[in-house]
Amino acid sequence: MNTEKLNFVIPSKAKMLSIALMVIGLICIALMFAFDKQADDPEYHHTRAWANIFAGSFFFMAIGLAAAFFLGLQYAAEAGWATTVKRVIEGVAMYVQWGVSILLLFFILGQLQVHHIYHWMLSGVADAGSQHYDKVIADKIGYFGVFWWIRTILYMIGWSWFTWKLVKNSREADKLDKDTNNSFHWKNIKLGAWFMVVFAVTSSTSSWDWVMSIDTHWFSTLFGWYTFSGMWISALVTITMLVVWLKRLGYLEYVTESTIHDLGKWMFAISFLWTYLYFSQFMLIWYSDIPEEVVYFQTRWESYKALMWTVFFVNFAFPMIMLMSRDSKRNFFFLMFVGTIIFIGHYLDVIMIVMPGTVGHAWTGLSWMELGSFLFFLGLFLFVVLRNLTKAPLLVKNHPFLEESLHHTT
Amino acid sequence: MHAESQIREPLIIGNKTYRNITDDIIAPIEGKASKAWYVIFTISVLSFTWGLGCLAYTIGVGIGAWGSNNGVDWAWDITNFVWWIGIGHAGTLISAVLLLFRQKWRMAINRSAEAMTIFAVMCAAIFVTLHTGRPWLDYMLFPLPNQFGSLWPNFNSPLLWDVFAVSTYFSVSVVFWYIGLIPDFAMIRDRAIKPLAKKVYALASFGWGGSVRHWSRFEEVSLVLAGLSTPLVFSVHSIVSFDFATSVVPGWHTTIFPPYFVSGAVFSGFAMVLTLMLIVRKVYKLEAYLTIKHVEYMNIVIIVTGSIVGVAYLTELFIAWYSGVEWEQYAFLNRATGPLAWSYWAMMTCNVISPQLFWFKKIRTSLVATFILSIVVNIGMWFERFVIIVPTLCRTYLPSTWTTYTPSFIDIGIFVGTIGMFGTFFLLYSRTFPVIAQAELKTILKASGEAQKKAAAEHAHH
Repeated sequence: MNTEKLNFVIPSKAKMLSIALMVIGLICIALMFAFDKQADDPEYHHTRAWANIFAGSFFFMAIGLAAAFFLGLQYAAEAGWATTVKRVIEGVAMYVQWGVSILLLFFILGQLQVHHIYHWMLSGVADAGSQHYDKVIADKIGYFGVFWWIRTILYMIGWSWFTWKLVKNSREADKLDKDTNNSFHWKNIKLGAWFMVVFAVTSSTSSWDWVMSIDTHWFSTLFGWYTFSGMWISALVTITMLVVWLKRLGYLEYVTESTIHDLGKWMFAISFLWTYLYFSQFMLIWYSDIPEEVVYFQTRWESYKALMWTVFFVNFAFPMIMLMSRDSKRNFFFLMFVGTIIFIGHYLDVIMIVMPGTVGHAWTGLSWMELGSFLFFLGLFLFVVLRNLTKAPLLVKNHPFLEESLHHTT
Repeated sequence: MHAESQIREPLIIGNKTYRNITDDIIAPIEGKASKAWYVIFTISVLSFTWGLGCLAYTIGVGIGAWGSNNGVDWAWDITNFVWWIGIGHAGTLISAVLLLFRQKWRMAINRSAEAMTIFAVMCAAIFVTLHTGRPWLDYMLFPLPNQFGSLWPNFNSPLLWDVFAVSTYFSVSVVFWYIGLIPDFAMIRDRAIKPLAKKVYALASFGWGGSVRHWSRFEEVSLVLAGLSTPLVFSVHSIVSFDFATSVVPGWHTTIFPPYFVSGAVFSGFAMVLTLMLIVRKVYKLEAYLTIKHVEYMNIVIIVTGSIVGVAYLTELFIAWYSGVEWEQYAFLNRATGPLAWSYWAMMTCNVISPQLFWFKKIRTSLVATFILSIVVNIGMWFERFVIIVPTLCRTYLPSTWTTYTPSFIDIGIFVGTIGMFGTFFLLYSRTFPVIAQAELKTILKASGEAQKKAAAEHAHH
């Protein structure tokens, strides 16, 4: 095995690209605040700009989080196939600490009334004498406020800790000459199982707290799982594209075609999971047509119709048609092509979730603002993830399933 | 080269050869039945007969014979229907989803799980055909040419989607099961001594010759059917959940229903597979193939699906409060504290708390504990459907329509009858069909047999 190619060195082009994306993105974000105004509405505090910042910070944080989930899942399920690409999954997962830090900053600014993405953060919203009083929110205000902050901090610490520990154990095992009793592996199996438990609860509650509460009146029991499926597919696409790209650069030569094929299968399967949950939530609300629920899709139907159908069909039909055949799941071009499209598709899904509750009917269609904010966070994400990949050899050592993965056939 | 890590426990215990596998699995078919088999068979047939009597009575006098009333117009019928359909899901999950995930441990249980699926769907079918009131008119559920006047099925109704979903599911499950059986029937055919048995098994095995070309087609068809069955596992129980969730009844209309029903179905199905397989491995002495590790894997699936169900229960409760909708809040208050609150707490204990015991390795590797808990889970899942249906319908929007519910003698009779029918079919199956897919099991012997693994480890040391 070519040992030189076990340590990743960031190609200068890639580094330049990530920095360029960040610079362009930052300029766009600065311009966004200059241009994003509603002349007839003095209450409008650059809402669209802030909503875009939230969409970008949440989407990429969620990719890191879902990668950490996928990593824990491999351990908990005693899966061997992905051992050769584990370092790539770890590299993506480690973004979660960056992601939550940015979100934390965003939430603090909201609490300081700098932006009004969360209606319930508005001062006086639960105060009967105030002009901002809202009865529906006042009835459940106990769930927000201090309690919300405690939960938020706990999610952030919890996820970061689990990810850090899982990755640390994996790297520690590399340092041993020979890990005869697989001590680090067993530690991670336990840790992975615990993380599954923590994640099962917090992935839902955090999506209610951070995302569903944008439409503070609205509620849907499926929302948590729907958000989860979106982040899962985005993370799988990211991991697959990174693996394919690294292989192109000459790294990961030991990763078999079958492993790539399996990554493709995951993309295919989880795209269906997302579609299934999207459809279930939409269809049931549309069918029963209960005013307090259907209002959510009404805004989308009226002011975001094209986007709404684009998101659904792109994220559903594209992977279904293009990744159905065995050959396409083993073809680098197809994986990159479909991956890029549904990556953007799922970013647009987040836009779809965030905008109607913030910008609402003032929406004028996608613009450079969405693009600019996306580019900034993409640049930052690439910068961090590529740096993470340099921190440990790309192939794990002393892993009991390494042989299985090196000889993996589907 | 295929590699299997040494830290994976063997899935076939002892020093088994291909010949041993054939002998062990065919033994119940070639041998005589034990006394225990006859005792259980008699009990099953008797309860089946009792159920048939109650069924005939219902057809004779109408569904007024049931405990259902004007408010509670769905009760045991739909509870039992959903319960049985749910049980069936494990079979499809094991045969299809675990095949796609290349889980070798599925080889020991897929055959019986698929058989269970088919019998469970048959039991479920009894309740839906009967609950229409005039089962002799049930053919009108199918979109037949318009020769009956202007009456067409209502395509907007999830009840009709159910007809298509369940019948597709049943057909695909039968085909999948049968394809897997072909090489095993051929094995029995080749060993049969009695001419009649030889003829029957020869016919059933479609002239299987075991050539490479036969195997290659066998594998291809299995994969295609697995690909077809996987969306079916999701669709069937999702559509069953739509029966409730498309309504505007508080407690029924909630968006989490589809995935939560699917998960609950797999949960109860695995519990039923465990109940049956723990008996089968003991009675037919298949301990070498259905190991403690298999039981442990199944128990882990039970923890996962049970916890998903638990998260869904809590989500429903929380969102009912969070929604601020008075009806929604009352629906859950009524379930937890109303006149039928005992059924709610039975459901919570059996479905949310009991599977968590499997976190302890001692419990999930104990056969006795597993057997008891598998039955507890199935009781819990029956109560889940009961809680969704009956307490909700007892107290809907208008307090003047509030009512109570008690099942009739006939309700209980038909339910016990389906359990008898299920038992009868399963017992007959287990004496005429190989209960373990021996042809598939043989494919993992080299990599996952205990003696073979040991030899490989020693080989690696030299």
